[in-house]
Amino acid sequence: MFNLAIGLGVVLLLAILFLIFRISSLISVAKGNTNKIETSSNKINGAMFIVFLVGTGFLFFWYSFKEFDNYNLPVASEHGSEYEFLFWITMAVTGVVFVLTQFLLFYFSWKYQYKENTKALFYPENNKLEIIWTFVPAVVLAILVFTGWRVWTDITAPAPENTNNIEIMGYQFAWGVRYPGLDGELGNTDYRVIEATNSFGIDFNDKASYDDFIPREMHIPKGEPVTFNIRARDVLHSVFAPHFRLKMDAVPGMPTSFTFTATKTTEEMREELNDPEFNYEIACTEVCGRGHYSMKLTLIVDEPEEYMEWYAEQESFLKRNPEYLSKVPTELKEVALLKTGIEN
Amino acid sequence: MSTAAEVNIGQDVQHDEHHDHEQSFISKYIFTTDHKMIGKQFLVTGIMWGIIGVGMSVIFRLQLGFPDMQMEWLRPLLGGWISESGQLDPEFYLALVTMHGTIMVFFVLTAGLSGTFSNYLIPLQVGARDMASGFMNMLSYWFFFISSVVMMTSIFIETGPAAGGWVVYPPLSALPQAIQGSQLGMTLWLVAMVFFIVSMLLGGINYITTVINLRTEGMSFSRLPLTIWSFFLTAVIGLLSFPVLFAAALLLVFDRSFGTSFYLSDIYIGGEALPNMGGSPILYQHLFWFLGHPEVYIVLLPALGITSEVIATNSRKPIFGYRAMIGSMLGITVLSFVVWAHHMFVSGLNPFLGSVFMFLTLIIAIPSAVKVFNYLTTLWKGNIIFTPATLFSIGLVSFFISGGLTGIFLGNSVIDIQLHDTYFVVAHFHLVMGSLSVFGLLAGVYHWFPKMFGRMMDEKLGHIHFWMTFIGVYMIFFPMHYIGIAGFPRRYYSWTNFDAFSAYTDLNMFVSIAAFVTVAAQFLFLFNFFYSMYRGKKAPQNPWRSNTLEWTAPIIPEHGNWPGEIPKVYRWPYDYSKPGAKEDFIPQHIPLSQTPESNLEHEVELAKKEVVGKTADAKSNT
Repeated sequence: MFNLAIGLGVVLLLAILFLIFRISSLISVAKGNTNKIETSSNKINGAMFIVFLVGTGFLFFWYSFKEFDNYNLPVASEHGSEYEFLFWITMAVTGVVFVLTQFLLFYFSWKYQYKENTKALFYPENNKLEIIWTFVPAVVLAILVFTGWRVWTDITAPAPENTNNIEIMGYQFAWGVRYPGLDGELGNTDYRVIEATNSFGIDFNDKASYDDFIPREMHIPKGEPVTFNIRARDVLHSVFAPHFRLKMDAVPGMPTSFTFTATKTTEEMREELNDPEFNYEIACTEVCGRGHYSMKLTLIVDEPEEYMEWYAEQESFLKRNPEYLSKVPTELKEVALLKTGIEN
Repeated sequence: MSTAAEVNIGQDVQHDEHHDHEQSFISKYIFTTDHKMIGKQFLVTGIMWGIIGVGMSVIFRLQLGFPDMQMEWLRPLLGGWISESGQLDPEFYLALVTMHGTIMVFFVLTAGLSGTFSNYLIPLQVGARDMASGFMNMLSYWFFFISSVVMMTSIFIETGPAAGGWVVYPPLSALPQAIQGSQLGMTLWLVAMVFFIVSMLLGGINYITTVINLRTEGMSFSRLPLTIWSFFLTAVIGLLSFPVLFAAALLLVFDRSFGTSFYLSDIYIGGEALPNMGGSPILYQHLFWFLGHPEVYIVLLPALGITSEVIATNSRKPIFGYRAMIGSMLGITVLSFVVWAHHMFVSGLNPFLGSVFMFLTLIIAIPSAVKVFNYLTTLWKGNIIFTPATLFSIGLVSFFISGGLTGIFLGNSVIDIQLHDTYFVVAHFHLVMGSLSVFGLLAGVYHWFPKMFGRMMDEKLGHIHFWMTFIGVYMIFFPMHYIGIAGFPRRYYSWTNFDAFSAYTDLNMFVSIAAFVTVAAQFLFLFNFFYSMYRGKKAPQNPWRSNTLEWTAPIIPEHGNWPGEIPKVYRWPYDYSKPGAKEDFIPQHIPLSQTPESNLEHEVELAKKEVVGKTADAKSNT
């Protein structure tokens, strides 16, 4: 019954609108202004452009200033501040062009609306103008490209020797994290030996893998270079840590990496934001299936000393899962026992 | 020589016209070889797809703006895609965004825009009886139709349509166990795209051939309207880039169905390790974007061409910098092929390649900037008549500025690190590619409706439609920049899992409401379109007092376009408000020798050499 009432209401409304439309077009026929070039609506449309310009211009500036802290995430990495610099330079340049060109567009539309006894200016070309507005953008863009290119080279430079290698592996629908252990070297992996427990496919033929550990929580040190060694197990994923201005795809069959240095610990950030609940998060930004929107990894940034302490406490994968000792080749058993600290 | 040939064609067509009453319904409306009817077929099919594609966005905007909403009432439409608890299924959400992208980019803005106006306008504006091959042209539409049927079918199957994003990156799209949409739905998607590509190639070859070979006497390339230049270059881009998508799709078919490993390597999924090794998902991305980026210009250039024509006509001024406009379109055409990897800055691409593509990408901003400045100067000191088409064209330029400038952020590989795959990208391409091209399409429909159907669309409704849509589009997409700068990733069913993305529920709600209002406004257009087709005011011969050739043809042109001889062309198409002229426009078919009062210096010389009129007749009589 209720639906019927709504349906009837809609039909009635449409009928009324249609009637208004018919009547107004009949009136305009009766008035005889159908064949005129310019109708009163020309003035209204011209004026609307100015209203639009002022109205949306106001909204744009008001909202951009009011919401600044909400959309501008705090920066927590070294290259992050370079990113910010570049972003806001670009914003300034494009902002000026944006305001100027939109203003001219709507202002001209209003100012040069049809007037009966005027004639438009016959002005087909001016090569000098064309050259100017080819070269000025070219120069401005060249400067932007050059600054961008320098920062890009820095960010993508090979990781330094002393970097902290950490592996992040994306799978449907979570992230796995593996640390190299005390030898500082991540062991090899082979996707063919992946099982429920050995979800990374750790290859126990490689000595470097024996002290690798898979922690419950992800920690990184502040002020030291950290390299994410990124891979995916099934489909594409993408590691996105917004506060670090860090993003890199995880590709099955092609390892990728991203090196950065965190500048604020989780504690410091909590104080800065006055939010005791704050945590750094990693999200997935390459569509990967049903649970794409829920691939969250929490990341804790520690002072280097705390980090070392935490690091030393972790037990290797092999120690936690001693049944995998059987996969270690006999000649390497000694090494494995030694590296994992398992008692004989 | 060429004139003689054209006259012969003309005589044949006239001969046909005697039997016009015998032309059956099927050969006139269905398997027609008349470019005008084919253009209308593309238009109507495009509008139908537009309704579906936009309708999908309404459903996912409901989800994004009102995540807690009970969607039980959508069950009659969506059935099992609404969960027990009355929520939208997350996989179906992905299917919706995927199909929305595919439909809007390919079926509406490629076929609906380029298909409609290239078909309709090229022969009429270059002065030809029809396309170079009417039969291939017919095939082009019907391949598109088959493609549409297949794509439509995929929406209704049990496992749902493709759901890996409109870019359908493997391995997600290659592995049926990764997501339901990669089962039958993905197969149908690939089949549909193959038919679609065939259709676009058949169409493109025709457009190119027609523009090169069938221009009327006097219609040199330097006298072509900018619409034709844009359609011509669009067809060239399509012809060079669509085959690469075909290759990408074919390899994906092999990977999916025949056990090859072009894109697959080292995969463990669903509890088993797959045997595929040595493939690269990045290869697919290169192949896809080799089409995917030029595709942006395939939907953009026709819209810009239409705008050039509409703005010049209705500001009663020659387009400023005709040669610069052509030059910048040529520049865009060439550069569009060497910027594709800017979609892949964070895909694991070699950083050196990243710098190269950053450089090339920012170069393409220069011809775009030139176009904007030329539009502005065309409006300057004009005498602007705000027809609905003019309004949409001005709106288009505004989007071109807004969306183009955000491209400078994204083309910079450093800034792209943070903004890649966030709502900033969504805002960028919906303004510069989506809304811009839709506005081009709408401007084109409002402008050429009188030619297509012999009737006028209602102007007032057009004005209301414009203002609701223009304001609406900005209210939808402008806020997305803020959401994107804040890092919100795209293709997310919900953001509540993340503290970092927990803000802006209010802004998302606002965006959704703006979207619903904007969609509602499109019904004004639909009503106006179909109502005016039958009940609109009868159109005069040249309602916009325009210079181009199509307005010299009869109000409703028959097959063959001009009943007698094809008009000859004596001047460029932008002689508006020429000093000294009686009227504020001089159509292209008026000889210079008839307008001594307004000829410019170099034209005085040309007028003396001009041979006007009856040469063709003389030849055909002998």
